[in-house]
Amino acid sequence: MPGLYRVGEGKLDLAEAVRAVAGPDRGAISTFLGMARDHHAGRRVIRLEYEAYRPMAEATLRTIGAEIEQRFGTPHIAILHRLGVVGIGEASVIIAVAAAHRREAIEGCRFAIERLKAIAPIWKKEHYEHGSIWIEGASPDPTAT
Amino acid sequence: MTKCTVLLFARYAELAGAPSLEVEVPEGATLGDLWDRVRKMVPALRDETRPLLACDRAYARPDTAIPVGGGEIAAFPPVSGG
Repeated sequence: MPGLYRVGEGKLDLAEAVRAVAGPDRGAISTFLGMARDHHAGRRVIRLEYEAYRPMAEATLRTIGAEIEQRFGTPHIAILHRLGVVGIGEASVIIAVAAAHRREAIEGCRFAIERLKAIAPIWKKEHYEHGSIWIEGASPDPTAT
Repeated sequence: MTKCTVLLFARYAELAGAPSLEVEVPEGATLGDLWDRVRKMVPALRDETRPLLACDRAYARPDTAIPVGGGEIAAFPPVSGG
């Protein structure tokens, strides 16, 4: 199965994701970048930190890719998630989906980030000037979604 | 008895002070039984009554039987990637 799925340390590169999905039969590439934001619920955030259950997270990204292929008919997908410290303004996640036409690319990309946030075993810790908090998502049962 | 390693992540690992725990459970025990055992062993996790559970790298319900040999079991709080 074509596609690029990776969970790991190191800065993410949008060009790498685009290169991994581009091809002569694809007229559209949709991309999503999730960026480390400097505030949350009125608090100033000075950096983010991500942890993952790495082998399950990578397997989950591949599963999401298979779901996209089934729903939107394209296997040309890149999903990259960064771990460790992520500075404000840097990308924590990059997704690219290529398809023959724009609708499948855009909707596949949207689906990828929503599913990632719901089911990938990855956690975000927000660091503030004083203290830090593990963020926990709303979805109590990913097996039900 | 089956000896299991339970992987912990994020806040759970911090609360336990370790990324994994060794737990012994009777033959035929479920993931839920195993987690109850963990909550008794680690007072800091006592109030975590509804963890997300995974067996061999796939989400699993608490009534899932622990595989023969123990498998790879993980417990963690709601995810927050992205």
